[in-house]
Amino acid sequence: MPIDWFPLWLSLRVAVLATAAAVVFGLWLAWLLANREFRGKEWLDAVIALPLVLPPTVLGYYLLVLLGRASPLGKLYETVVGQPLVFTWQAAVVAALFHSLPLLVKSARAALESVDPVYQRAARTLGASEWRVFLRVTLPLTQRQVLAAAALAFARSLGDFGVTLMIAGNIPGRTQTISVAIYDAVMADNAAAARAMVLVVSAVALATLALANRLSGAAMR
Amino acid sequence: MIQARIRKHFPQGRESAGFSLDVEFEAGPGVTVLFGASGAGKTLTLDSIAGFVKPDEGRILLDDVILFDAVSGVNLPPRDRRCGYVFQNYALFPHMTLRENLTFAAGGWPRAERRRKVNEVLERFRLAGFAGRMPHELSGGQKQRGSIARALVGGGASHSGGIRILLLDEPAQGLDAPLREEFYAVLRQVKAEFGIPALLVTHSLEECCALADYMHVVSAGRLARSGTPREVIEDPSSVDVARLLGLYNLIPGEVRALDPGRNRSRLKLGEFEVDARYLPGRLIGDRVTVYVRPAELRASPKDGRPGPNQAALVLRQVVDLASGVRLEFEGGIAVEMSRANYSLGSSAREWIVEFPASTLRVL
Repeated sequence: MPIDWFPLWLSLRVAVLATAAAVVFGLWLAWLLANREFRGKEWLDAVIALPLVLPPTVLGYYLLVLLGRASPLGKLYETVVGQPLVFTWQAAVVAALFHSLPLLVKSARAALESVDPVYQRAARTLGASEWRVFLRVTLPLTQRQVLAAAALAFARSLGDFGVTLMIAGNIPGRTQTISVAIYDAVMADNAAAARAMVLVVSAVALATLALANRLSGAAMR
Repeated sequence: MIQARIRKHFPQGRESAGFSLDVEFEAGPGVTVLFGASGAGKTLTLDSIAGFVKPDEGRILLDDVILFDAVSGVNLPPRDRRCGYVFQNYALFPHMTLRENLTFAAGGWPRAERRRKVNEVLERFRLAGFAGRMPHELSGGQKQRGSIARALVGGGASHSGGIRILLLDEPAQGLDAPLREEFYAVLRQVKAEFGIPALLVTHSLEECCALADYMHVVSAGRLARSGTPREVIEDPSSVDVARLLGLYNLIPGEVRALDPGRNRSRLKLGEFEVDARYLPGRLIGDRVTVYVRPAELRASPKDGRPGPNQAALVLRQVVDLASGVRLEFEGGIAVEMSRANYSLGSSAREWIVEFPASTLRVL
């Protein structure tokens, strides 16, 4: 029986989009945590880290409540896009985003905080706006660490199982990502397919981690 | 011209002693130096002017612009203050070439003017040939000129007219002698060609004397003495300042006799007595500190009894200086002399030290 590779391509697409969203959103959160003092900062930090410790089913449940067809956000999405969000492949992107965001925020924050503040001060006295300081000075100086963080986020997006199952479901050919497909293959006693997909996922994850290590290692030197 | 009144208090922490800064001063045209030991609050003052630190109280005025005013709540962000800042390690952006560093700084100017300004300062500071290099490919002197050039092309952002003051934080610290000289020359060039006032922080008296038109001595968060370097050195006016300047023998003494008619007084310094000028406002028995520059004392190997204003002292050690030697005697008294004069009696243990009355100053 030939192996259906659709779940792999879907997973890669989901992981790429989720990583892109996580980098934009995560960098903003990391910048906020690294540079601004505000009330409830520790709480924001804790909420961002929550997906690391919560069972995926709990996170999935929250997302269902938040984005389901009955919720205000879900209704808004439905009016704008024309179809519900839950149980589509776009929902898998949301799942992967929340799954990988904590990792990205944590490493991006550490990277932003590692920049010698003298460069930011210099840029400010030279008349640069905060936005320009970030884009022209802080970000280029942390480029490699941020790329390493993005690689980690990509590897983690690829591996989400629980949250995806909760809000995107397991619809073969539409929302079935590779980790869900492996589960199905094992349950259906399809050992050859399970083995092949396991090896591919492992190889992609390993290569991504090696890349991340190289990037952050080079940044150290 | 800058007029500043700055108060900032740091409460005592678990591992840090409390500190409070309370200074009020002006810095007019030319180079004004904030001189003091490390931890005295010099850099904190500079950072308050640049806008990195927010004072608790006070007001900072640069020409006719209020940078900070605690009462009315004005606190301009650093980018609107038009202060050029030269950092201790220059802080050239390591991921940009020298030209990119300068172009970044000139970002507030209209495009056509930007190029012209960058090229002009590159020429003036003899950097045109190195503009394409990254900071790590530049020599120490080039980095230093680059960071001053970068500060000078800034300030175009929300106004036209460029920066109004140059702030320098220990810019010559850790440089070897030739580079220091080069830096002095560059700063004199800035003064002559750009006419922008400079406020410089340093703990080096040499730098202060080489550059300052006016100096403020900062000690433990307060201004201890202000004046031209010559005025301050000739009259430190307190033991604290004299000690900071590090130029003097500071000898504890006691007033033994006062004779206003002959403009004379007699002081007991340790084991011996010397004549000095009359001391207005002092009483017999007052404890005073006498300060005298080591180069103004005279010493010769002992041959006979000490005369008036002379004392026989035992030599403890001899320190080689660039300009000669310093003989350090018992009682913490030091005498500087040329190497030739010293070699005449270098084997002597006991010396006669003369304290000319006109050199003795009393605090």
